[in-house]
Amino acid sequence: MNTRKFISMLSIAGLFVASCSDDDDAPTPVNDEEVITTMTVSLTAAGEDTVTLSFFDEDGADGPSAPVPTISGPLSASTTYTGAITVLNATENPPELVNEEIEGEADEHQFFYITDDLGITTTYTDQECDYTDDPCEGSFTNPVGLTFELTTTATTGAAQLRFVLRHQLNKEAQGVADGDIVNAGGSPDIDYVFNIRVE
Amino acid sequence: MQRFTFISVFLLGVTLSFAQECDKTLTGKVIDFHDGKPLRDATITFNNTTIVTNSDGTYIINDLCAVSYAFTVSHQDCNSQVFTIDISKVKTKDFYLEHHLNELQEVKVTGKDKSKTSSSQEETINENIIEKYSSATLGDALKEITGVSSLNTGSTIVKPIIQGLSGSRVLMMNNGVRMQDMEWGDEHAPNIDINTAGSITVVKGAAALQYGGDALGGVIIAEPRRVPAKDTLFGKTILTGATNGRGGTMSSEIIKGYKNGLYLKAQGMLKRFGDFEAPDYILSNTGVFEKGASIAFGINKFEYGWDAFYSFYNTEIGILASSNIGNVDDLRESINDGQPDIIRDFTYEISNPRQEVTHHLGKLKYYHRFEELGKWTIQYDFQSNQRLEFDVRRTEERSNRPSIDLQLTTHTLTSDFYFDAASNYNLRTGVLLRYQNNFADALETGVRRLIPDYDKYDAGVFLTGEFDINESLIFDAGIRYDFNRIDAEKFYLQTRWDERGYETDFADIIINRNEIGSQLRTNPVFDYHNISATTGIQYLFKEKYNFRVNYALSQRAPNPSELFSDGLHHSAARIELGDLRIGQETSHKFSASLQWGNDLWNWEISPYINFINDYILIEPVGIQLSGRGPFPIWEYRQTNARLLGIDTKAQVTWFKNWQTDHRFSLVKGRETKNDVALINMPAPNVANKITFVKEDWFNFQASLESQYTFRQNEFPPNIEVFSIDAGEELPLEINTPPDAYHLLNMDTSLEFKVSKKSIIKTGLAINNLLNTNYRNYLNRLRYFADDLGRNFLVRLTINY
Repeated sequence: MNTRKFISMLSIAGLFVASCSDDDDAPTPVNDEEVITTMTVSLTAAGEDTVTLSFFDEDGADGPSAPVPTISGPLSASTTYTGAITVLNATENPPELVNEEIEGEADEHQFFYITDDLGITTTYTDQECDYTDDPCEGSFTNPVGLTFELTTTATTGAAQLRFVLRHQLNKEAQGVADGDIVNAGGSPDIDYVFNIRVE
Repeated sequence: MQRFTFISVFLLGVTLSFAQECDKTLTGKVIDFHDGKPLRDATITFNNTTIVTNSDGTYIINDLCAVSYAFTVSHQDCNSQVFTIDISKVKTKDFYLEHHLNELQEVKVTGKDKSKTSSSQEETINENIIEKYSSATLGDALKEITGVSSLNTGSTIVKPIIQGLSGSRVLMMNNGVRMQDMEWGDEHAPNIDINTAGSITVVKGAAALQYGGDALGGVIIAEPRRVPAKDTLFGKTILTGATNGRGGTMSSEIIKGYKNGLYLKAQGMLKRFGDFEAPDYILSNTGVFEKGASIAFGINKFEYGWDAFYSFYNTEIGILASSNIGNVDDLRESINDGQPDIIRDFTYEISNPRQEVTHHLGKLKYYHRFEELGKWTIQYDFQSNQRLEFDVRRTEERSNRPSIDLQLTTHTLTSDFYFDAASNYNLRTGVLLRYQNNFADALETGVRRLIPDYDKYDAGVFLTGEFDINESLIFDAGIRYDFNRIDAEKFYLQTRWDERGYETDFADIIINRNEIGSQLRTNPVFDYHNISATTGIQYLFKEKYNFRVNYALSQRAPNPSELFSDGLHHSAARIELGDLRIGQETSHKFSASLQWGNDLWNWEISPYINFINDYILIEPVGIQLSGRGPFPIWEYRQTNARLLGIDTKAQVTWFKNWQTDHRFSLVKGRETKNDVALINMPAPNVANKITFVKEDWFNFQASLESQYTFRQNEFPPNIEVFSIDAGEELPLEINTPPDAYHLLNMDTSLEFKVSKKSIIKTGLAINNLLNTNYRNYLNRLRYFADDLGRNFLVRLTINY
């Protein structure tokens, strides 16, 4: 019967196996495109030294290295600082400015500044519509948090200041637009605590 | 069993001219092709004359003319065969008949003699049970077998666990092909449509060496329905609908068979469910959309046959939205909250996180039977498995790209010879050659490869045998050797390379130290030599007892995940770390079973102990700090382990129409060194079922089943991890099992005979009748949400 035909089919299949094993294309190395290595928060106030808080996580969330903080100096008491946040992916060359991505999907991102210490307060100074072509009304006025104001009181000492960036959060949930993270949900892109001083 | 009539043969009979001298004689024997024994009482029919062979199988036909005759040779339990012989040239002729009709893929009820091994524990589920699970998964159906449980990710990703072991330790045979579907991942379910199987056998342990030597847990053998060698056309359609998930399944199959052994088979399946529901809330983003189709054709004759088979399987599965956690604080919150964060309205839409898996399987098989020797089989199979996992990424644009994109291609060539000529023993020997390639498309994902590109080469050779020592004692034994080589190309972050301490041990595998982003390009090549062996006996005594005892030695080489995992597994929000130093694990399993049964009741008790040296496990060990917060680290390690367990079951017929079924299984897994419990061991469970059957009422059946799952009281200690929220180390109850639970399930069915060939079966089932809130220790989503609530299912099976 077809035995011979069948066996020849099989040997063709065998050749196919053999030929397949030669496609040894060397894989291309990639970096995680979503890595955030660096966040720098600059706090400026008239007549005061600019304070920068930053961390550098050389291998992102994937690698074992813990992020290393750099804090330029103490904040001054009873001062209102203007804050601006810069987020980088320094595994790329030149480093990629992640701010652009956050601004591009402003409605999906929001920073939170969290502290219980020394009476420090913060307020958002930006809105989604600052970064998009949308009209400044309704939900487009929700904060993103790339810029903010931070006010210290007369109390001095050590404080913890935590910065959180979340994506795909619920900005309409109670308190979220005012900077309360409790009901925000979403996934964190950044979650880091700086140990600062107010003098 | 259908015997072939001779009518057609008479029509075929070649009777030429009469003007001949008719004084020729034909003599010879009728012989069993299979073992060469002469066949007595075989009939030879020609031109309305029938001759019967005598006790030594010989025959004499006198008064033949010198022309061609068509002789029809028949024997009980054999297929009739027609031989055309020119009497002017031939005086003696031996006719070989094909014995053993069951080998001809006749429809035959699976009996004890069809078991895969003689001495190890095994159990088969039949078509009726498989039909009940038409809209569920293979893993769900297998839980009908004592000692089989499952590792779930939600309710749609179900990995079977056999006597405490799962993943790469459970080998899946789908229609004679070993599935290569990335079984290494906890959230990777077998890519098999349950509707393609006619029966599924579970061999608990590594005793079925012809399939592979690394089945420390066991082998699952799914076989298609058999096609009888006769002219027939039949099919089956199953429709199911369920309230939970608001969806259903449609599965259809049509089979055409011919008397000459030719057959054609086509099958298709479509399954669609939206969000499933727990008793108190919707489990958002848990829908599933599954498609499958297969086609098979071939010829099955006694002496030879071939099969061609192709199947396609595709599934898209949503992963519970609230399981998409960010970091360890979110995880702690979820564990402590007891309620999912995200509960949305019901939808059929599947959004991120989700996975999409496609599996192609092609197979060509040929067999040839040699007289008085046995059967030779050769098979080539091709598999292509693509896995895409989509996460909630930082931007919507990125979320449209998969975070994992793996393409696994496998070619396998196997050949074996089954020596079955002797009446008191049989031997099987075979070889295997396999090539596998994994391609991780990191340019598409923009994520570092969790599993690297690799080539894998396997070669194996085995010999197994079964010896009937006497009427009641069977001895079986086998040995197998497998060689595995894995040749990978892997990038390591310099920091990870240093943290793992690879520089001292593996500096020689580095190809380039200066890849982008401080990465190392390495080329790990590892060879493994695995020996497996088995031996055991089956002893039948006092008519009703069946005792089996088996020892199996099994070795398994580490899988790519255990070796190479390195980095953040986004969908699981955990860092998974493999280790290049991980070696093979070796299992010594001793199992026994004692069965007893009569017409009214039967029971079985099956204890086992499995010593596993260098058992590979993954468990949470701590956290890793990053700018995104702390992430839990799950690390692979090896330890010596001991699994001790028992499976028992019983079936009792109380009155004419009442029957009860009882099952209990228990396994205790511990590390031998410091006597710590192993992670992810199934909790003890007991199931009791009462069934009412009344054949007069359209074969009415109703059953009520109670399933009680104990709390797993043996688990490894929890870990303490730093919490940003609290600013201090806090215990994380990541290992704490949920409470015990009790479920009630109900099932009823009716059967209507519509015509001679057509039967319609209807069924109504209610799962989780009491709408009980529960969580299962072996469901990876137990941290985030309850398991399924009450579910009404209707099913309609049409056989035609």
